[in-house]
Amino acid sequence: MAQDLRYTKEHEWVRVEGDLATVGITDYAAHQLGDIVFVELPEIGRSLAQFGTVGVIESVKAVSDLFAPISGEVVETNAELSGSPELVNGDPFGRGWMLRIRIADSSQLDALLDQAAYEELTREG
Amino acid sequence: MTQARDGLLATPLADRHRALGARMVEFAGWSMPVQYAGILEEHRAVRTRAGLFDLSHMGELFVEGADAAKALGYALVSEPAALQVGRAHYSMICFPDGGVLDDLIVYRLGEERFMVVANASNAAAVSDALAERIKGFNVVLDDRSLATALVAIQGPLSLQVTAPLTDVPIADLRYYAIGDGHVAGIPALVARTGYTGEDGFEVFVEVGSAGRVWDALMEAGRSAGVVPVGLGARDTLRLEAGMPLYGNELGPDTTPYEAGLGRVVKLGKEGDFVGRAALEKAEADGPRKKLVGLAVRGRGIARHGYELFADDRRTGVVTSGTLSPTLGEPIAMAYSAPADAEPGTILEVKIRDQRVPAQVVVLPFYRRAT
Repeated sequence: MAQDLRYTKEHEWVRVEGDLATVGITDYAAHQLGDIVFVELPEIGRSLAQFGTVGVIESVKAVSDLFAPISGEVVETNAELSGSPELVNGDPFGRGWMLRIRIADSSQLDALLDQAAYEELTREG
Repeated sequence: MTQARDGLLATPLADRHRALGARMVEFAGWSMPVQYAGILEEHRAVRTRAGLFDLSHMGELFVEGADAAKALGYALVSEPAALQVGRAHYSMICFPDGGVLDDLIVYRLGEERFMVVANASNAAAVSDALAERIKGFNVVLDDRSLATALVAIQGPLSLQVTAPLTDVPIADLRYYAIGDGHVAGIPALVARTGYTGEDGFEVFVEVGSAGRVWDALMEAGRSAGVVPVGLGARDTLRLEAGMPLYGNELGPDTTPYEAGLGRVVKLGKEGDFVGRAALEKAEADGPRKKLVGLAVRGRGIARHGYELFADDRRTGVVTSGTLSPTLGEPIAMAYSAPADAEPGTILEVKIRDQRVPAQVVVLPFYRRAT
């Protein structure tokens, strides 16, 4: 887990660079879901509300919603995941990233967890 | 068997599963391994090499006595009297109304001795029903579910891995046959049965010896690439093989005929049996629904409970679905109206807010090369 990330209670991570937020799911979430076989991501240009549902992650065993960690507009999604969803399991913080959002209101980042708080959350299970 | 702190039953292999990195889940009151390395990897290991399963949660009910065959013939829909000693068959125990109480494997261990293997989720109910139904017969029911462990090895390398460990002549053991002997020096019943669509064996031992049998099979299989396999891959394997799962394809609202398993019901056998009148009527009337295989032609997995449509008419419901690891495509089993069950028919599954096309295909999805 990298130090520069923020997290949601739903196990998404966010990396902020300028006004862009890159979003994925954590290694904890990927491990809990097991082998991921489909990732449904939102259309480019769609406007997202913080903590709203933006996509779906299907593993062999379960289906799980993907939530927006922050409000904003979708500027890019990871096209590689449609052919290689297993990247989310193999490299959740890297090539398994899911989408980039142009941040509408950076003060919303304060509602996210830092590294220590997220680690605390996953320890509790 | 021991009771874990969380109130769940633990198999004698629980510590080994944790040491192997298994994720444990609750299943039918038991703490069971759902996966070790991952469902896809475990699935592929069973299809190409072999995998080891802890199935100690399943129920083992021994029925013994002069009337054993007759008593089971009354309690079950199959005809255990027709089994030769050392052979087994797939069976069901039905409610008086013809609905399925459980699906079973019945092994004939002797002229007057049978072992009935029940699903963990139904083991207590089957035991109770059998006890009730065999009253008046000269027979004794011995529920050894908690005293018996079951280790299965499944996959094309099962024979070569297991043969050096056992004095049961398993190379000559026929499919759905069982032998009495030893595995790794431990008294065991070894059956050529399974729930994966592959060749393989199921080894029944006393719980106290399960660890030694597991260790011996793991060790013998190491160089051949045998891996432990959890309930997750067990489900994808049986689904590809078109095998029903109680609670999904089978249940009290379903007759064996609707599940495409009418061959299991022996209406021609002598004497009455529980469910006979209802099943005779069900067979004569024809099914109200039919179990179908579906090849899903779109993104997303059609899962248990998703609705199935023919044009705009709701025709049924998905009972099981996954991404087939072998085919690389989503597959499902479902009940549809009989008129919509013809192979080739294009139906639609409602996956979240979308209708995804799904073609009716002949089961199973996967059949091993023989």
